[in-house]
Amino acid sequence: MADAPILTTSTTLALAEPLTLDGGQQLEGVRVAYETYGTLNANKSNAIVIFHALTGDHHVASPHPITGKPGWWARMVGPGLPIDTDQFFIICANVLGGCMGSTGPASQAPDGMPFAMRFPVITIRDMVRAQVALLDSLGIDTLHAVIGGSMGGMQALSFAANWPERTRAALVIASAARHSAQNIAFHEVGRQAIMADPKWLDGDYYWQGKGPESGLAVARMAAHITYLSEAGLTEKFGRRLQNRETKTFGFDADFQVESYLRYQGLSFTDRFDANSYLYITRAMDYFDLAEEHGGLLADAFARSTARFCLVSFDTDWLYPTIESRSIAHALNAAGAQVSFMELSAPFGHDSFLLDVPALDRVVAGFLSA
Amino acid sequence: MSALRPDLAVIAGAVAPGSRVLDIGCGDGSLLAALRDQRDCDARGMELDPGNVAQCVGRGLSVIQGDADADLAFYPDLSFDCAILSQTLQTTMRPDRVLDELLRIGRTAFVSFPNFAHWRVRLSLLFGGRMPVTHSLPVAWYETQNIHHVTVDDFRGLVADRGYRIEHTWFLSGDRRTTGPAPNLMAEHAIFQLSR
Repeated sequence: MADAPILTTSTTLALAEPLTLDGGQQLEGVRVAYETYGTLNANKSNAIVIFHALTGDHHVASPHPITGKPGWWARMVGPGLPIDTDQFFIICANVLGGCMGSTGPASQAPDGMPFAMRFPVITIRDMVRAQVALLDSLGIDTLHAVIGGSMGGMQALSFAANWPERTRAALVIASAARHSAQNIAFHEVGRQAIMADPKWLDGDYYWQGKGPESGLAVARMAAHITYLSEAGLTEKFGRRLQNRETKTFGFDADFQVESYLRYQGLSFTDRFDANSYLYITRAMDYFDLAEEHGGLLADAFARSTARFCLVSFDTDWLYPTIESRSIAHALNAAGAQVSFMELSAPFGHDSFLLDVPALDRVVAGFLSA
Repeated sequence: MSALRPDLAVIAGAVAPGSRVLDIGCGDGSLLAALRDQRDCDARGMELDPGNVAQCVGRGLSVIQGDADADLAFYPDLSFDCAILSQTLQTTMRPDRVLDELLRIGRTAFVSFPNFAHWRVRLSLLFGGRMPVTHSLPVAWYETQNIHHVTVDDFRGLVADRGYRIEHTWFLSGDRRTTGPAPNLMAEHAIFQLSR
């Protein structure tokens, strides 16, 4: 099934109108790179938007143009898969602030130079605004569903709260309605690693090769740990040594887990822009859906008639179950139709991307209802 | 559609069409689906077991994984016409508080439970001297989820103590309705409809 050919269209939309941002600026000339899968039906009622996570992109089920690896949710999106492209028209866009074709800090500012740190600080809601503009251009009024995991879940929540008439359902996986102190803390470690790299140059590194690779790699290493569970790391690596019989009494990557993290960090720098990492993590840290709506999360959903489904994983300590449950309680208080469940999976936060058959059943069931 | 469990069939028949319903301990969602499909109800559920919740979501139902003891507090007052607690009361930590929550959330409540004073249970305990394992209480004492066994008369007592009204009662014996005398002795299952 996973080998079935999948028809995708990769396009970039240039927004005709400037985007008004939460920070107060107007951003002109915004471009939104996106892919679509499947066919939009005649009355345009079968469209689903998938929002990607922090380091994801719009190549949700097509090979990544840089790494050549399968799309990040290829196991979920395709013909006959839980998000069935035979049935639904799938749209996935690179977020505003990203580095895979949508406007971000590496893009050209009106003066012809890269924005770098002149790029405005954006929010999760700004990311969603850009994608709402995309829907407008496609002539799609109401979606069958919005779907997202992690930061994608935040966008799905923001979409359902702020554009309640534009989706009939929202599926939010391993996510949260706001960033906790711990979430912000981990992101700050990553940002400081980037900014401490002498090659960062206050963000103006675009004509100096690849820029702060070491800092970005460390940021990715620290973040990657938060995506896995302790038990998962132990099972995968334990204290096993990397291609050697004994410890070297040095600072090489003696342990397999060190080697793995170094590889994850380095390979990340091939496909991600350090300034994008700063801006997107900032947007996540600023996210607090209740705060946007007067402090009470239930009020964020007061106008929503959509069905909601929230899924958490028991080994996810980055966005733990209590975050999803509190969203479910708020939706209840708002009288919304909401389902919530904690699934058991060993992979920590990354469970939403990996082989969890129970998740497949929930996704397929929720979308077909 | 498969036949509903007898106590659920009684409840399904008694819920007013078009009601907003919360089924606490909704299992695989059979009653919710019946209420939605046959009674045009806005039917929501709460269920402890994630596998059951996933099955409910697959049926298009809105079900929250949660615990009757802990998670009812998050529902607003009178947010449902009707709160249902079928064969779950005896598994809760504090049945009295759960009952209060039902009648805070719902205008009416349906509560069904296996009657621990049924004659078979009494005989089993009297002559066997051991905790009963019967048709309606099929699991041994050490692994049963029933931590607060209750009888028809006990439940009437709790309802009276809390000042609630009994709107209706139904009794089952061997999966059939029984209208005979002495339900505390003769009924295997009891279903109560309550209001404030």
